Amino acid sequence: MRAFLTTCLFLFLALPVWAEVEIKEVTSPKGIKAWLVEDHSIPFTALEFRFRGGTSLDAPDKRGAVYLMTGLIEEGAGDLDARAYARELEALAASFDYDASDDTVSISARFLSENRDEVADLLRTTLHQPRFESDAVERVRAQVLSGLRSDAKNPNDIAGRAFSQMAYGDHPYGADGKGTLDSVSALTRDDIVAAYEGVFARDRLYVGAVGDITAEELGVLLDKLLADFPETGAPIPGKADVTIDGGVSVVEFDTPQSVALFGQKGIDRHDPDFFAAYILNQIMGGGSLESRLMREVREERGLTYGVYSYLVPKDLASVYMGSVASGNDRIAEAITVVRDQWADIAENGVTQKELDDAKTYLTGAYPLRFDGNSRIASILAGMQMDDLPIDYIATRNDKVNAVTLEDVNRVAGELLDPEGLHFTVVGKPVGLDG
Amino acid sequence: MIRSLVGGAAMALTLPVLASAEDEAVTTFSLENGMDVVVVEDHRAPVVQHMVWYRAGSADEPVGSSGVAHYLEHLLFKATDTLESGELSATVAANGGQDNAFTSYDYTAYYQRVAADRLDLMMRMEADRMRNIRLTERDIETERDVILEERNQRTENNPRALFGEQLRAAQYLNHRYGVPIIGWRHEMEELDMDDALSFYQTYYAPNNAILVVTGDVDPEEVRALAEEHYGAIPANPDLPERLRSQEPPQTAARRLTYKDPRVAQPYVQRSYLAPERNPGDQKTAAALYLLSELLGGGTTSYLNETLQFDQKKAVYAGASYGGVSLDDTSFNLFVVPSEGVSLQQAEDAMDQAVADFIAAGVNQADLDRIKMQLRAAQVYARDNVDGIGNRYGRALASGLTVQDVQDWPDVLQAVTGEEIIAAAREVLQPETSVTGWLMRDEEVTQ
Repeated sequence: MRAFLTTCLFLFLALPVWAEVEIKEVTSPKGIKAWLVEDHSIPFTALEFRFRGGTSLDAPDKRGAVYLMTGLIEEGAGDLDARAYARELEALAASFDYDASDDTVSISARFLSENRDEVADLLRTTLHQPRFESDAVERVRAQVLSGLRSDAKNPNDIAGRAFSQMAYGDHPYGADGKGTLDSVSALTRDDIVAAYEGVFARDRLYVGAVGDITAEELGVLLDKLLADFPETGAPIPGKADVTIDGGVSVVEFDTPQSVALFGQKGIDRHDPDFFAAYILNQIMGGGSLESRLMREVREERGLTYGVYSYLVPKDLASVYMGSVASGNDRIAEAITVVRDQWADIAENGVTQKELDDAKTYLTGAYPLRFDGNSRIASILAGMQMDDLPIDYIATRNDKVNAVTLEDVNRVAGELLDPEGLHFTVVGKPVGLDG
Repeated sequence: MIRSLVGGAAMALTLPVLASAEDEAVTTFSLENGMDVVVVEDHRAPVVQHMVWYRAGSADEPVGSSGVAHYLEHLLFKATDTLESGELSATVAANGGQDNAFTSYDYTAYYQRVAADRLDLMMRMEADRMRNIRLTERDIETERDVILEERNQRTENNPRALFGEQLRAAQYLNHRYGVPIIGWRHEMEELDMDDALSFYQTYYAPNNAILVVTGDVDPEEVRALAEEHYGAIPANPDLPERLRSQEPPQTAARRLTYKDPRVAQPYVQRSYLAPERNPGDQKTAAALYLLSELLGGGTTSYLNETLQFDQKKAVYAGASYGGVSLDDTSFNLFVVPSEGVSLQQAEDAMDQAVADFIAAGVNQADLDRIKMQLRAAQVYARDNVDGIGNRYGRALASGLTVQDVQDWPDVLQAVTGEEIIAAAREVLQPETSVTGWLMRDEEVTQ
């Protein structure tokens, strides 16, 4: 078995880079740009629209406005109230999903080819004539408030809020994009309309389209859906100052397992060392059982079910985060092991074998992402938001492979800050001062 | 070999749309040792998903060893005769693939997603661990700590999960479905090498397994590889029949309240014992599935129309029914009350709404909309062949046949409003119900 595996690895390295996703840049008659992968094998299309800005556009006293507005977009439009609208959408067997995150409001649509025109009419009405009726506002507001009350008793959410508050302070990143019980309760219809007008604008729009649609058809569709949005929206806030000090803070919460969120300053998506950091993270805690953290905390010591680390390069700040959960009497040990790994890799780097394994995994797993029209549409929009070139998919694995052991270990020394790594622990941890 | 084109028949119905829907390319056959094989082709990307499903889940565990099926699933990532502990996953990763496994009441499944030309290697390793695991006492201890932390994470830290556990325990008096998949903590703490190996040796054999391969593969090549790797493993002649103690008729309504200070949003949940999809007999299950969609499937469902929009007594309401199950399943309703509405008021409103729904009969336009969405779902499903493969694996591991899976869309389309109401009358009876209230500690029962 062993010898056989070795042969296999050689075979793998000899394979050509997989790059069959053929992306076309489409410009609609009215000037909207989109990336399209045409694939007529299944009679449906997936669209992804992203508007940069997201919940960070909320004014300090209007936290949660963008989130609530996003939840209201499909609660009635044009002549249709929320219920009539929902019936119409179901009858067309299409789906429109709306989501608001720190940096983005996204709309993911999926519809059959056979009723594409009717779907386009409905989606246009949704985007341009939302009703924001008081009945719907109150109903969705109650759902958001219910969610916030649940979050307030969920250890993961408690940790997330505490960490963001510490790391980003008064910047919009420091507050929950869903708002607070008080801020959401105080939002008016005018606030929601203002959020709508601030979010949807052409200067911050990115479009991915995949499936049974030609470039020409797509251009017409995009003009119908998007051309009438204003040129500019609300100003996007400036960069956040990230302030993370080392140490541990504890939020007391009576639950058997402590949840720890940890983090330090990160690395920008456009930093020349980003790929080295990305590979470094794969080795540190990228999710597989082979990562350092998983091996040391779970496989060797049985201290957790899962421990992960992840780079978070947002538009306005970058952090390097991770999480682990252990019984209250064992979380202190888990934290020590994580910090030791942070220190060990910062000082001694990773091995050539770890680097090689991470590279073969990352390059081999890359094509697995392109599995389905909606997934690919989302990737296309994301690539444009990240300002990546249209041929990026074909060159991405070369960039991974170009990273040397020297690069990774230099970046490990520069990036990893075991002293500055902060742990926010929610639970009743034993033996932790915070 | 049956090479079937799933969905072809559904398209013959005189309903609008989707006449052009192409078909899922599904091939099924069995090896001589009894291992069933399902291949679903999709040549759009050079990727394969390789899965092995065992017809053994938590409901097949011996009394007193709850959690051993899931524990064994974890232990299958340790050493075999030819692989070191962790080497299988490391090898998958080093080949650019991803692997994992999952356990349910009726099955345990292992899978890898990887470049299509690695299928031979995946099968070699998966076949190896079907018979050849070699566990150490250290594996047993460390991994037991891991599953206890997993229980902490999934269940102990989550009042909704603890509540759901109590509800199931109340629903199933005599069937193992009442015991959580992950196990009761006090029994998990006692699981040992013998428990794990005994379960392994009993159930992990080709005549108790289903191979599901989806993606950029040729069925004949899959057959050749499967014969080479899995065909070489002898069947287990002592494989026990899957006989579980069944539920007696339920003759009294059961109620429980679960209180926990960590509860932010109280709610009412109701479950009814319900028939599952049976081989060659899926009509009642299809009616129940459509009933769940009509009652609580989404914004336009009856419970939401009534409780959320008209009466404003609920933040959300919903219904669910999982028909893929070896033995009796359950039909579930829940209502999350609005601020100021008590659990009793929410429950009463729910009961009234269900009674009104049954009295009024099914609105044909509502049913047509749901059927339209189901037909569209068949088109969207082709974008995810792994999902199609999962559907076969789950069904076959739960006592259904390939034919049942392929008939299911037609059975759903053929259900009438009258049949849905008849199913509702049969299943939604007070004396066969369990009602649970999830509450904050301090909440006063109004």
